Amino acid sequence: MRRNVLPGLRLSLGVTLFYVGLIVVLPLAALAFKAASLGPADYWRIVSSDRALASYQVTVLSAFGATLFNLFFGLALAWVLTRYSFPGKRLVDAMVDLPFALPTAVAGIALTALFSANGWFGSILEPLGIRVAYTPIGIMIAMCFTSLPFIVRTVQPVLEDLDPALEEAAQSLGGSDWTIFRKVILPLLTPALLAGVSLSFARSLGEFGAIIFIAGNQPMSTEITALLIFIRLEEYDYQAAAAIASVLLITAFVMLGVTNWLQARALRYTARG
Amino acid sequence: MRRLNTHRKPPRVGDQPLFRRLLIGIVLVLVALIIVAPLVIIGVEASAKGWAVYRDTIIHPDTRHAIMLTVLAALVAVPVNTAFGIAAAWAITKFDFWGKRFLLVLIEIPFSVSPIVAGVAYLFVYGLQGIFGPTLDAWDIKILFAIPGIILASMFVTAPFVARELIPLMQAQGRDLEEAATSLGASGWRTFFSVTLPNVKWALLYGVILCNARVMGEFGAVSVVSGNIRGQTNTLPLHIELLYHDYQATGAFASASILATIAVLTIIAKVALERQGAGRVRPQAKPAESNS
Repeated sequence: MRRNVLPGLRLSLGVTLFYVGLIVVLPLAALAFKAASLGPADYWRIVSSDRALASYQVTVLSAFGATLFNLFFGLALAWVLTRYSFPGKRLVDAMVDLPFALPTAVAGIALTALFSANGWFGSILEPLGIRVAYTPIGIMIAMCFTSLPFIVRTVQPVLEDLDPALEEAAQSLGGSDWTIFRKVILPLLTPALLAGVSLSFARSLGEFGAIIFIAGNQPMSTEITALLIFIRLEEYDYQAAAAIASVLLITAFVMLGVTNWLQARALRYTARG
Repeated sequence: MRRLNTHRKPPRVGDQPLFRRLLIGIVLVLVALIIVAPLVIIGVEASAKGWAVYRDTIIHPDTRHAIMLTVLAALVAVPVNTAFGIAAAWAITKFDFWGKRFLLVLIEIPFSVSPIVAGVAYLFVYGLQGIFGPTLDAWDIKILFAIPGIILASMFVTAPFVARELIPLMQAQGRDLEEAATSLGASGWRTFFSVTLPNVKWALLYGVILCNARVMGEFGAVSVVSGNIRGQTNTLPLHIELLYHDYQATGAFASASILATIAVLTIIAKVALERQGAGRVRPQAKPAESNS
C-alpha cells in the first residue's frame, strides 16, 4: 500500500464512525440487547405465538406475490424503456421513481381510495367478487407499488449495456426471437433480476406505511408483522415488541447478505460479459 | 420489416410490430393503473369539496404545525446527513484502511431495516425502558415523543442517501487530482472545496434531494417515536393518518397533496440532475431508492 499524502483521514473517519455508531449501531444493538434479555424460552414463546406466526405468513406470502408480479412487470417495463421508442417514454421513465418519491402514507391512502368498494377500481372489481381493500390482495398491491422501481432500475442498465452482437449471432444461427430471449438474453439478465427481486422482497417484508391503510389489519388474517410490533408497543408490551422486531431485523440482515452476494455476482457477471 | 432509423440493420429481438405494440400497450396501461392513478386520485379527492375546504385544511393550525415540524426535521436531518455523507465518502474513497467493506455495509443498513424496527430500536435507546432513558428522565430531557426523537429517527432512515451517491463517483474519480492539489501546497479544506466538490456537486445535490424527500415523507419510524400528539409532534405524514382515521378524508388528501407535490418536484429535479450525469456512476445493479 502506498503512502497516502491526503489530509483529513482522522477527521472524516472519526465523524463517520461516530455518526454510524450513534445513529445506526447503537439503536440496533439496544434492540438486540433488549430482545436477548428475554431469555430463550420467553423469546421463543413470543416469536412463535399464533398471532405472530399468522403475521409472518401474511407478510411473506404477500411479499412473495408482489415480488413475483413485479418480476414480470418490472422486466417488461425495463424492456419497453430500453428497447422501444414511443411518445411519452421519458415521462414513463421518470414516473417509475414515483413510488420511491411518494411518501408511503400518501401512497397508502391513495391506493385505499382507489380500491375501496366505492373507489374507481373497487367499484369495478367488487361486483366481480374481487375484494381488494382490507384483504391480503390489498397488502400485495401496496407492496407492488412501493417495491416496483427496484426491479426496473436494476435490470434497465444491464439491458442498455447488452451487446447487440450476441443477439445478431444467435439470429444468424436461425434462432427464433423467443429462443434467443430465453437462451441468450435472459441468462444475461438473471443476476440483475435476482438482485432486484431480493431488494424488492426485502422492502416488501418491512413495508408499513403504504400497507396499514389498505390492509384491514385484522389479527390472524390481514395483520402484517410490522403492524403487530406497533400494536405491541401501543399495549406497552415492550418485550414482545422487541422480540418480534428482532425477527424482522434478523430477516433484514439475511436479505442484506443475500442481496450483497447477488449484486457482487451480478457485477462479476457483467464485468466478464 | 422496415424501420425508419436504419443505423441498426437487422431487427432486434422483440421488434416485430405486433409484439412491440402489444407490450408497450400492456406496460402503459399497468403504469397508468398502478403509478399514475394513485397520483391522480390524490388531486381528485383533495379537491372533492372545492377550493375553500382545501384552503381551510391547509391553513388550519394543526396542518400548519405539521408542515412546520416536517420542514424543521428536514432542516436538521438533511444537512447533518449531508455532512456525514461527505465525511464518509472522503474517508472511504481517499484512504485505505482495515474494515472498509464492513463500514460500507454498516452505512447501508438503514435501507434494509423496516422503519418500524428503526423506531422500536430508538425506543430502547432513549425511551424510559431504554439505555439512556432513566438518565435523560432524571435530567428532564425529552427526546422520545418529542421533536428530537422525530429528527433522530429521520436521520436513521436517511443516513445512507448522500454517502451512497458520493462514494461510487468519488471512487471512480480516484485520488490523483487531490494528491496533486495537496502536493502543490493546498490545504485539505481548500483541496476539497476547489478540487473535489466541483467534480461531485451534481451527485451531492442528487443525494440531498432524495434525502430530503425521504425525510419529509417518513412515516413508520417517526410514528413510533413521535407519540402522535396533535399539534405538537405530528409531522405531515402523521397528520395525514390522523385526519384519515378521523373520517376527514378530504383534509387527509389535501395534506397529502402537499407531499405529493414535493414528490413530483423531487422527480423533476432528479431527471434534471441525471442529465448533468448525477446518479449514473454506481456499481451496476443498484437502483436509486428513496422511500418507505
